[in-house]
Amino acid sequence: MINLKVNGANRQFDGDPEMPLLWALRDELDLKGTKFGCGMGMCGACTVHLNGEPARACVTKVSEAAKAAITTIEGLSPDGSHPVQQAWIEVDVPQCGYCQAGQIMSACALLKKKPAPTDAEIDSAMSGNLCRCGTYPRIRTAIHQAARLTQSNK
Amino acid sequence: MKTNLNRRSFLSLTALAGGGLVLGLQSKVRAQNPFADAPLAPMDFVSIGSDGKVTIATRNPDLGQGMLNTLPMLVAEELDVDWKDVSVVRSGVGRKFGVQLTGGSTATPLNWEPMRRVGAGARALLVTAAAQTWGVPAEECTTASARVHHLSSQRSLGYGELASKAVTLPVPDVRSLKLKDPKDYKLIGKPTLGVENKAIVTGKPLFGIDVTRPGMLYAVFHKTPVMGGKVASANLDEVKAMKGVKHVFIVEGRPMPSAYPNYLFQDPGLETGVAIVAESWWAAQLARRKLVVKWDAGAWGTQDSAATVKKAEELSKQPPARTLRKEGDADAVFQSADAKVVEAAYSFPFIAHATMEPQNCTAHYKDGKVEIWSSTQFPQPGRQLVARLLGLKEEDVTVNMVRGGGGFGRRAYNDAMCEAVWISKVAGVPIKLVWTREDDMQHDYYRCGGFQHFKAALDKNGKLSAWRDHFVGYGEGEAFAHDGGFNPTEFPAGFVPNVLVQSSVMPLGLKTGALRAPYSNSTAWVIQSFLDELAHAAGKDPMQFRIELLESAAPRPTPVPNGRPGAGLDPGRMRGVIRLAAEKSGWGKRQLPKGTAMGIAFHFSHGGYFAEVAEVTVAANKKVKVNKVWVAGDIGSHIINPSGAENQVQGAVIDGLSELIQEITLKEGRVVQSNFGNHPILRIAQAPPIEVHFLKSDNRPTGLGEPALPPILPAVCNAIFSATGERIRTLPMSKQGFSFA
Repeated sequence: MINLKVNGANRQFDGDPEMPLLWALRDELDLKGTKFGCGMGMCGACTVHLNGEPARACVTKVSEAAKAAITTIEGLSPDGSHPVQQAWIEVDVPQCGYCQAGQIMSACALLKKKPAPTDAEIDSAMSGNLCRCGTYPRIRTAIHQAARLTQSNK
Repeated sequence: MKTNLNRRSFLSLTALAGGGLVLGLQSKVRAQNPFADAPLAPMDFVSIGSDGKVTIATRNPDLGQGMLNTLPMLVAEELDVDWKDVSVVRSGVGRKFGVQLTGGSTATPLNWEPMRRVGAGARALLVTAAAQTWGVPAEECTTASARVHHLSSQRSLGYGELASKAVTLPVPDVRSLKLKDPKDYKLIGKPTLGVENKAIVTGKPLFGIDVTRPGMLYAVFHKTPVMGGKVASANLDEVKAMKGVKHVFIVEGRPMPSAYPNYLFQDPGLETGVAIVAESWWAAQLARRKLVVKWDAGAWGTQDSAATVKKAEELSKQPPARTLRKEGDADAVFQSADAKVVEAAYSFPFIAHATMEPQNCTAHYKDGKVEIWSSTQFPQPGRQLVARLLGLKEEDVTVNMVRGGGGFGRRAYNDAMCEAVWISKVAGVPIKLVWTREDDMQHDYYRCGGFQHFKAALDKNGKLSAWRDHFVGYGEGEAFAHDGGFNPTEFPAGFVPNVLVQSSVMPLGLKTGALRAPYSNSTAWVIQSFLDELAHAAGKDPMQFRIELLESAAPRPTPVPNGRPGAGLDPGRMRGVIRLAAEKSGWGKRQLPKGTAMGIAFHFSHGGYFAEVAEVTVAANKKVKVNKVWVAGDIGSHIINPSGAENQVQGAVIDGLSELIQEITLKEGRVVQSNFGNHPILRIAQAPPIEVHFLKSDNRPTGLGEPALPPILPAVCNAIFSATGERIRTLPMSKQGFSFA
């Protein structure tokens, strides 16, 4: 039995410790917001936070995540009120929406380090997250908007 | 309004449980093709509860192209309800719902009028109910924000208050209803935010891959790596003994109906493979790693892309097998003394769809019935396909539409659906089949590759006088591989006096299919690139050369084989978007540093007119930075949802840029590429700012999923030529040493 701390709650996991965190979250803990894209850490659809740092859940074993505080898209805010979520809604970023949970998790991590990132800093921090629909221009806009929202909320 | 969809629609009415109004659209059109409504029974689009809650159903799948907004907006506009008060739901799937598929940018043209008439019909019933309640003529009543008003007596009633009376009234003939004057539109043309945005950003289980059912097991399907291959032997017992594994069995593939079927409607549904069903997807996947299959590769086991390229070159030097179009005498023009003759050969590869959500499907077969949850683009054809595969009646197949994580044509093919129902039937439990990325990339219906050999003549005034094209593609005899042919109606045919379009084919053992803007995504690149060569050879500005060509000849009526996109181009509309793109980009007016240049291209497809300008900077090491893109489009009189429209266009441009760097190749009959590492998708740092401009014209609105994509490939390559003097004639551009910075 492995104890996982997910979105502030302790969750018991008694499956294969070698199982990627992605599948533990999705199929064992029923947190479907974290998405399967490539299985190799190349697309970023499965991005979660481990102790606040972005990590690819598809290449992180459950046993590796056991000691960390895990945050998934469901843990950002229950009602979509997090500034990054708000910005994503208002800028109307999603097309299919499949990659957006991962995009948002990467964006949150970026904004923690750089509260007002430049386009170049956004491009660098977000380069591990693919969007097949090509919402990149709006992702940039939304990150700037989230930065403004965060500042004005302070 | 020029387009006539030739349909007759009327409304029908049924009572909602709990009191309320349900309004359905019926359309009496014979099902001649999948894009024409079948004879319909009543279906639900609008429901108004006694509490005033307005719910509008969308009948088309949404895979990111915005059908949860676009279609309900049309209904809400005529119904006169405020968008913020509307709940949107997906309709069920069945013949009674009419056309239910996402493809060919058809949603807008096929729904523009019928969905407005649904809204107008519902409004008419509510108005009649109010007029009867008050004893006043209906003509004296007005509507706004879900209320009927009688201004002279200062009375009003909410739709919710009227719903139970409205439901008892005879259904009006919606054909006779007057639709709103567009100048009175309150919603059409106003940006609305994606209906499911909040659910998306909070990680709600929206997608096909998120579906769970009680008692569900998880499946993986290990398919033959070579098309048509069979299992010679496999260590099924060893795999069966793995932890969590419940079922392991071989699924026998179904034979193809013909050598080169139209997979959209003739797919047999199943390739041979080994199904593994387990308690968790991870357990199934771990078991798969222990699976050892000896394949009998069959007829295609020696297929090799390098050999194909050689074969295409050989065919290009032989007399073409078929003539697809001949006007005038191009060869005679090439012999004339004052003709400037330009020749070039282009080639483009197979590419994969690579939707972010890998193919998956959840199915539950029980007692001769099957229920399916799928992010399919083609729910209606999928239902028919499953019924055929399992030998069921169509009414015993229930398909639930679920949000799709990208389609781009891939989810028009319901192979994962067929596999899921088959596996569920054999396993006897509900199962969720999820493909790996590698499965997805190696078992696609690929955008077909091809080879184009152009020869053209310019007269002494630099005007295009003859055009010859020998297209070498895949197929057999007169059959091209599915969506892998060449459309002889494509521009500049019809604008050049001497045209000869010919083709040859070679065999192919790979499934091909529709990728966003099928045909056009390769056609625009080859034709607009070669036209650019001709402009430079003529010493003319590439934009002006195109304008002159569009002015040069009255378009003659062209044959429209299979109604393929490309036919029926209106040169005036195209000149309009070319001029707009040129104006917005400052074409020819800006001084650019060395290594930086602009390129222009246009293309007509799916009813839409698009011209695009790209500005690129190319470094000495051939790293290409696309600095900016300007898009001008004409898709008719209205942009229904401008926010969604801009997103679609920007996405199409970025999608098209990815196509410059992608390639699928075969070795020993197997697809070599396997994941995003060797079949890349553009990353954010490579995505330029994209300005989108629409030219509104007096034409019926057409779709936007596809037509903005094709011009970007040649626009960028034309810019690269202007910056470097090197013409990209082979894709991916890495073949000539270019890559994105």
